[in-house]
Amino acid sequence: MAASETISPERNAARERAAEYLLSRHRFHWQEALPWLIAIAAYFIFPDRMTFGSQVLVMVMFALSLDLILGYAGIVTLGHAAFFGIGAYTVGLGAARLGWTEPISGLFAAAMVSALVGFLTGWFLLRYRGLTLLMLTLATAIMLQEAGNLRSDLSGGYDGLPGLEFKPLLGIFQYDLYGRANYIYALVALAVVFYFVRRIVYSPFGQALTGIRENIRRMHAIGSPVHRRLVTVYTIAAGIAGIAGALFTQTNAYVTLTVFDFDNSAKVMVMLILGGTGRLYGAFIGAAVYMVLEDHLSKLSPTFWQFGIGLLLVLAVLFARRGLLGLLEDASKYFTKRSKP
Amino acid sequence: MPHFAIIAVSILFDGLAYAMFLFITSVGLSVTMGLMGFVNLAHGAFAMAGGYVVVSLTKDFGVGFVPSLVIAALVVGAVSAVFERTLYRRLYKSTDLEQVLLTIGLAFMAIATATYFYGPIPKSVPLPDWLQGDINLGFRTFPSYRAFLIALGAVLIAVLWYAFERTNIGAKIRAAVDNRRMAESVGINVDRLFTLTFAVGSGLAALGGGLAIQLFGLNPSFAVLYLVLFLIVVAVGGLGSLKGTLLAALVLGIFDTAGKYLLADAGGFFIYAVTVVVLLIKPAGFYGRE
Repeated sequence: MAASETISPERNAARERAAEYLLSRHRFHWQEALPWLIAIAAYFIFPDRMTFGSQVLVMVMFALSLDLILGYAGIVTLGHAAFFGIGAYTVGLGAARLGWTEPISGLFAAAMVSALVGFLTGWFLLRYRGLTLLMLTLATAIMLQEAGNLRSDLSGGYDGLPGLEFKPLLGIFQYDLYGRANYIYALVALAVVFYFVRRIVYSPFGQALTGIRENIRRMHAIGSPVHRRLVTVYTIAAGIAGIAGALFTQTNAYVTLTVFDFDNSAKVMVMLILGGTGRLYGAFIGAAVYMVLEDHLSKLSPTFWQFGIGLLLVLAVLFARRGLLGLLEDASKYFTKRSKP
Repeated sequence: MPHFAIIAVSILFDGLAYAMFLFITSVGLSVTMGLMGFVNLAHGAFAMAGGYVVVSLTKDFGVGFVPSLVIAALVVGAVSAVFERTLYRRLYKSTDLEQVLLTIGLAFMAIATATYFYGPIPKSVPLPDWLQGDINLGFRTFPSYRAFLIALGAVLIAVLWYAFERTNIGAKIRAAVDNRRMAESVGINVDRLFTLTFAVGSGLAALGGGLAIQLFGLNPSFAVLYLVLFLIVVAVGGLGSLKGTLLAALVLGIFDTAGKYLLADAGGFFIYAVTVVVLLIKPAGFYGRE
C-alpha cells in the first residue's frame, strides 16, 4: 500500500508505542499483588478480627460490581443495593425456608437470580439517562424492600432472618467463632470474581463500555450496539453484587431488609468514589479505608463520623475527583518528574 | 353519608394536604433543576434546616408558629444563596455523578450537624389555638391544621403562578428553562437568575420543612427520607415546570394517601409503582421537555 509507505517514521513509532501499550496494559504488574498480599497478611496479623475482615471483602466485591457499571460504563445508579439485597435474600430464604444450606451452590444461585433481575430491569431502565434513571433505579430498590416488607411472613420483615445455618464449606471446613474459614472463603470468591472482572475490563467489550462512558453519541454513530452492551454489563454487575450479598448473608448468618436501604446504595458509591472509579483497585482501597475508618470513628461518635464522610465527599468532588488512587498517581508523577532532569 | 363516600372524602382531603406539602417543598427543586440541570440532593437538608429553625424559634424564643415559618424561609433562603455562590456554582458544568456526590456530602453534614445540636429524637412544635382541633365545613369536620395547609398551598400556587406567568422575572426564568444559551445571548443573566430561584426554592423548602413537623415529626433523617419524595415529584412532573410539579404532587399525594388508607400493608409501594409507570411512559415527566 502506498499510503503506509508515506507515513513518517515518527508516526510509525507512535503507532508501535500504541500497539505495545494495548498489548501490555492487561499484563499483571507487580503492584497488583499488593492488595492480595495485604489481605493474606491481615489473616495472620488480626486473627480475631476475621468477621470484620470478611465484611470488608464483601464490600470490596460490591464496590467492584458498581465500578463495572459506574466507573467503566458511566451508568449513574442510586439503587445498586437492590441486587446486593436480592443475592442476600436468595441465600437467606433458601436456607431459612427451603433448607438449601450448601454455601457454594448458594453463591451461584444468588448470582443467577440477581443477574436475571438485573437483565429484566436493565432492559427497561437503561434506555433512560440522568435524573429519570436515578429515580427509576432508586424506586426499584425501594419497591423490592416494600415487597419484602409486604411478605414479612416469608422475609422476616425488618427483623430479618436471624440465626441462619450453613453447611461446612466443601463439606470439610467448619465455621469457627472468629470467622477465619469465612475470611478465606470470601477472599477466594473475591479473587475469582476479580479475575473475571479484570478480563472483562481489558476485553474489547470493556473498551466499548469506556467508549459509551466517554461519548455515547459517537458510539451510536460508529454502529456500536449501545443498549445491548449496557444491558449486558448491568446484568453482569447485578450478578456480582448478588454474589456479594450472598456472601454477606453467609458470613453474618443473618439478613434484614435494611440491605435494600438507600444508605446501602449510597455507601457503596461513596466507597468507590473514595478509592477512585474506573480503575480496578479503586474498589479495594475505597472499601477498605471506608470500613476501617467507620469501624474506628463510628464507635467514637457516629455523628462526627457522618459529618466526616460528608466532608470527605465534598472535598473529593472539589479537589480529588479521581479518588485516593488518583491522588497517589498524581503524587508519584509529581515526584518522578522532579527527579528527572 | 355512605361509608365509601366518607372514606373517599377523607382520602381526598388528606391527600390534598399532603400534596400541598409536596408541592411547596419540591417546586424550588424543580425550577432549579430545570434551569441548570443541577441534581441537588441537599434540597431535603434545606427543608430540614427550615424545620429546626421553626422548632428553635417557637420553643426557645417564644415566636409564634406562623411568623417562625416566615423567618425560617427567609433565613434558609439567604443561607442557601451563600452555598450556591460558593459551592454549587463550581459544578454547573460537571457530570451528574459529581453533583450527586457533592450534594449528598452536604446532606450528610447537615444531618450530622442537626443530630449534634438537636439529637436524634423527633421534635414537635407548639401550635396556636386556631390551628388545633377541627374545623366545621357544614357537612363534616376536618382537622384545621390540614385545612390551613391546603389554604396556604392554594395561596402559594396562585402567587407562584402569577410570578411565573405574569412578571418579567418569571418570563426570564421560563425562557432560560426552555433554552439557556438563547436566553443568555439575548442578555438574560442566567447565573444571577439561578441564584435567585435557588434561594427562593430553598426558602420554600424550609417553609415546607416547618409545615411538615406537625404532619410527620422532625428528626435529622428527614433530609434524606423525604428527599426521595421530592425528587420523585420533580421527575414525575417534569423539570422546570410549575404545572407539572403541581400535577405530580397531586397525583402522588392522593395515590399515596389512598394506598395507606386502603391497603395499609402495601402503603409505601404505591407511590413508587406510580412513579415507575409514569416514567416508563413519559421519561421526562408530565410536562418535561423530551
